[in-house]
Amino acid sequence: MTLLYEGSDWNFDKLKRVYDAVEAIALGELGLDVYPNQIEVITSEQMLDAYSSNGLPLLYRHWSFGKRFARDKTLYRKGYQGLAYEIVINSDPCISYIMEENSMTMQTLVLAHAAFGHNHFFKNNHVFKQWTDARGILDYLAFSRDFVARCEEKEGVEAVEAILDAAHALQTQGVNRYKRRQKRSLAEELARERERRTYMESIWNPLWTTVPGSDKRVSAKGGKPPPSLEDGAQSLELPEENLLYFLEKNSPALKGWEREIIRIVRILAQYFYPQRQTKMMNEGCATFVHYEIMNRLHEKGLINDGAFLEFLHSHTSVITQPDFDDPRYSGMNPYALGFAMMSDVKRIATAPTDEDRRWFPDIAGNGDAMGTLRQVWADYRDESFVLQHLSPKVIRDFHLIRLRDAAHLPYFEVAAIHDDQGYKDIRASLAQDYEIARVDPEIEVTGVDLLGDRKLILEHYVHKGQRLDATTMKKTLAYVRRLWGYTVTLRETDAISGAVLSSDEAKAS
Amino acid sequence: MNVIDRRLNPTGKSLPNRQRLLRRLKAQVREAVARSISGRKIADISADTEVQVPVDGIGEPFFRKGAGGDRDIVLPGNKKYVKGDRIAKPTKGDGDGGGQASDSGEGEDAFTFTLSRDEFLDVFFEDLELPDMVKRQLKQSTASVPARAGFSVSGSPQSVDVTRTMRRGMARRLAMRRPTVKDLDELKKRLAEAEAAGDSDSVAKLTEELTQLRRRVGAIPWIDPVDVRYRRFEQRPQPIAQAVMFCLMDVSGSMNEHMKDLAKRFFMLLYLFLQRRYEAVEVVFIRHTHEAREVDEETFFGSPETGGTLVSSALSMAADVTAARFPVDSWNIYFAQASDGDNMSTDRHRVAETMTNALLPACQYFAYLEVGDPHSDSWDGSESASELWRTYQKLTGPGVPLAMRRATTAAEIFEVFRDLFARDAVG
Repeated sequence: MTLLYEGSDWNFDKLKRVYDAVEAIALGELGLDVYPNQIEVITSEQMLDAYSSNGLPLLYRHWSFGKRFARDKTLYRKGYQGLAYEIVINSDPCISYIMEENSMTMQTLVLAHAAFGHNHFFKNNHVFKQWTDARGILDYLAFSRDFVARCEEKEGVEAVEAILDAAHALQTQGVNRYKRRQKRSLAEELARERERRTYMESIWNPLWTTVPGSDKRVSAKGGKPPPSLEDGAQSLELPEENLLYFLEKNSPALKGWEREIIRIVRILAQYFYPQRQTKMMNEGCATFVHYEIMNRLHEKGLINDGAFLEFLHSHTSVITQPDFDDPRYSGMNPYALGFAMMSDVKRIATAPTDEDRRWFPDIAGNGDAMGTLRQVWADYRDESFVLQHLSPKVIRDFHLIRLRDAAHLPYFEVAAIHDDQGYKDIRASLAQDYEIARVDPEIEVTGVDLLGDRKLILEHYVHKGQRLDATTMKKTLAYVRRLWGYTVTLRETDAISGAVLSSDEAKAS
Repeated sequence: MNVIDRRLNPTGKSLPNRQRLLRRLKAQVREAVARSISGRKIADISADTEVQVPVDGIGEPFFRKGAGGDRDIVLPGNKKYVKGDRIAKPTKGDGDGGGQASDSGEGEDAFTFTLSRDEFLDVFFEDLELPDMVKRQLKQSTASVPARAGFSVSGSPQSVDVTRTMRRGMARRLAMRRPTVKDLDELKKRLAEAEAAGDSDSVAKLTEELTQLRRRVGAIPWIDPVDVRYRRFEQRPQPIAQAVMFCLMDVSGSMNEHMKDLAKRFFMLLYLFLQRRYEAVEVVFIRHTHEAREVDEETFFGSPETGGTLVSSALSMAADVTAARFPVDSWNIYFAQASDGDNMSTDRHRVAETMTNALLPACQYFAYLEVGDPHSDSWDGSESASELWRTYQKLTGPGVPLAMRRATTAAEIFEVFRDLFARDAVG
C-alpha cells in the first residue's frame, strides 16, 4: 500500500484521503456507528474562543466566559498550558474542531479520536441517547443566544447578568437526575416559549393565593392548584431536587423573561450532565479507538514509522497516570483509566487468564472484543462501568490503594490495597467517586411556607458528615434568595439520623 | 465528511464577554491602572499592562462539599503500603488530598490578565474626563492622509481617471484604425448615391465595404478595459517632525504625593498628545527647589528634596537646555510645568524676564498646572492667588502660547490643554 501522506504538513487533500482510510477502518473493522461528520479547521485564537464557552460554537454572552478566556489565554501565552488538539460537539452532524497548527499525524489522530471515537460514544451511549438531543442542540443554542441578547436590549445588561449569575451558581443543582426529559423540536420549543410568556404574565401561582381576595376556587380546595396550560397539574411537588426547575416554575419574584433565562441555563446544565457522568468512558472510548485505528494504519503501511512514533509519543503522554505522591498528580486521569480498562476488556475477551474467567465469566474468552466493547460503550456510564469492569489486573497495574479518612482521626488508614481481598473494596469505592450524584451535594427543596412569609426551605442531606463549604454556601444561598425573592433557609440534615446539623438563612431584603 | 475552513472567520468572538468582565471589574481595574500610572514611565503610557484581580470580584460560587467528614479515597501508585498502615494527614492548608469535588473547584488564587493599550487608555481618560473627540484623537496611533501617487490599472470605480482613460482609448482606436462615425457616414452617402445611380457593381462593392467597416467597429471597442486608469492614492503620514517636551516640577517639601500624582498624569497626557502628533518625542525632566537640576525620570518623581523655591532657576535651565540641544528651527518645543505656586517674591522679575525673552518665543505651548490638595481650602479665589500664578497671569494675552490652570483632582487637568487640542482639531 502507498503512504497516505509524508512529512508533517497537512492540506485538505491529505485530510480527505486520511479521513477515508480512517473511516474504512472505523466502520468496516471496528464496526462503529457514527453521526455524519463535519470537520472544521480553526486557529489557536479560535480554539481559545471555543474553550471559554464550554466548547460550544455559540453561546449567550456572560462575563464568566470572558474570565475563562482571559485565564486560558494567559496560561497559553505563558506556556503553562497547551491547547487541546480538538474539541468535539455532541450534535448531529457531529462537529469536530481541529487546529491548523497540528501536524498531519496529529490531524490523523484527531480524526480517529474525535470524529469516530467520541462520535460513536455520543451516538450510542444510553445516557446521551436519553438526555440529549443531538439534532436540536445547535438550534437551541442559537435560540438561547438570541433570546438573551434580546433581553439585554430590553431589560439592560445588568439585569440579565444578575439572573445569569444566580442561575449559573445553581447549575449543578439544575439537573433532573432521575426523570427523563421529553424531546422537543425547536419549533415546539419556540411555540412553548411564546405560550409560556403570555401565560406567565397572567400566571396563577399557588403562592399568590395567600394574598387576600385571590381566586376563591383555589382557596376552597385548600391550596390545590387548578389545571394549568402546561400539563394539567403544576403543583408544588415537593421535595424537588432540581432547584433551577423549582425556581423557574414557582418563584414569586421572577418575571417571564427571567424564568426563560433560568430555563436556558437549566437546559444547558442538563445537556452537559451526561458528559460529566461519562467523562472517563468517553475519553477512554475515543483513546481506544484512535489507538486501534493508528495501529492498523501503520500495519497496513498507510503511515510511515516516523508518523507512528510521533503518534506514540503523543498517545503515551495523554495516558500517563502520575502517582498520588507525584507533584503532577491531580486525580485519576480519565484518559489513562478509560484506555486501560477498555484495553483490558479487549484482553479479557480474546486472551483471558483463569482469574478473568472467575471475575468475568460472561465475557471472558468470547473472542469478540469489539462487540463486547460496543456493548459496554452503549450500556454503561463511568460509575457502573468501574463497578462492573474494573478488573484485578487494572487495579494491580495502577497500584490502586484505598484510604479511609475518618474526620476524628489524625491519620489515614489504608483500608485496601491491590490484593485478593482489596479488589472488590477498591472497585466499589472508585465507582462511587465517579457517581456525580454523590460528588455533588444532595440538596432538595423541602418546604415553602405558603401561609406565612413565603420562606423557602432547602435541605442538604449530609452523608458521612460531609458538610457544605461554608463560604461558597453563603454566597450561593444569596443567589437563591435573589431568584426566590423572599427568605431562604438551608438546613443541613444528617441523612441517616435526621438530626439537623446547622441552619443558614438568607433574609429577604 | 465535510471539511470547513473556519480560519478566516472573525476571531474575538469572546470580546463582548471580555467587555462584560471589565465592566464588572471596574473598581479593580481602575485601581490597577492608578497603581500602574505611579509605577510606569511617562513614555510607557501606551504599552499593554498586566492587571492582577483578586478573585472575590469574579468568584463563581456554587454548593459544594467542604473539607471534613468521613470519606474513602482511592489513589493510584501505591508503592509500599499494606492494609492497616497509618499515614499521617497533611497539615491544614494542604486540603484533604481527596478527589472529592476538586475537579470542579475553580482556582481560588488571584487572577491576572492583560489590559490592551486601548482598554488602559479608556480608564486613564475616564479619570481625566476628556471630551470624546479628544479621546478618539489620542487613541489613533498614527495619523495619515491619502495622497495622490500616480495611476494604476486597478482600483475602485469612484477613482477612475476619466481624462486619462479616454485619452488612452483614443490612442488605441487611432492605432487600430477603428472607423469613425464620419467614415461610416461618408460610405453610406456614397452607397446612397450609387443606388440612386443604379450602379449595381459599386452598390455591391460599397455594401461589402460597409459591412466590413461595421464589423471593424464592432470588433474594436470604444473603451477597452486596457484603457482604464485609476487614480492611485497612498497613505502618507502627516507631516511629522520631532518634538521635545520639558517637564518642570517644583519638588520642594510643600509638594505632597497627591500633587505629584496629578503632575504625573498631567505630563502623561501631554506626552500622549505629542506622541500622536510627532514621530519622535524627547522628554526632558527638570526639577527644582531653589536650584534646578536636569534628572532622569525616576529621580524626577522619586526622591524628595528640601530647600527653598526659586522658579526662575528651572526656567533659565530650560532656556539653556533649549539653546544648547534643541534649536528652535528643528524642534517643536513644549513646556509643561507643575507647581504648587510657591515662589520667592524677589524672584518675580527674573521669572517674567526669562519667560518673555527666552521661553515663550521659542515654544509651541507652555502649560502651567497649579496643583493643590483637595483638602486644603487655602486657595479657591483669585484673591488668594499664589505668587507664581500672579506672575504668569500678567504674561497672558492674545497670541501668547501660555495656558494656566489650577487642579485639585485629575478631572480638572484637561482644561489646561483645551486650547492645544482645539487647535489640533481644526488644523
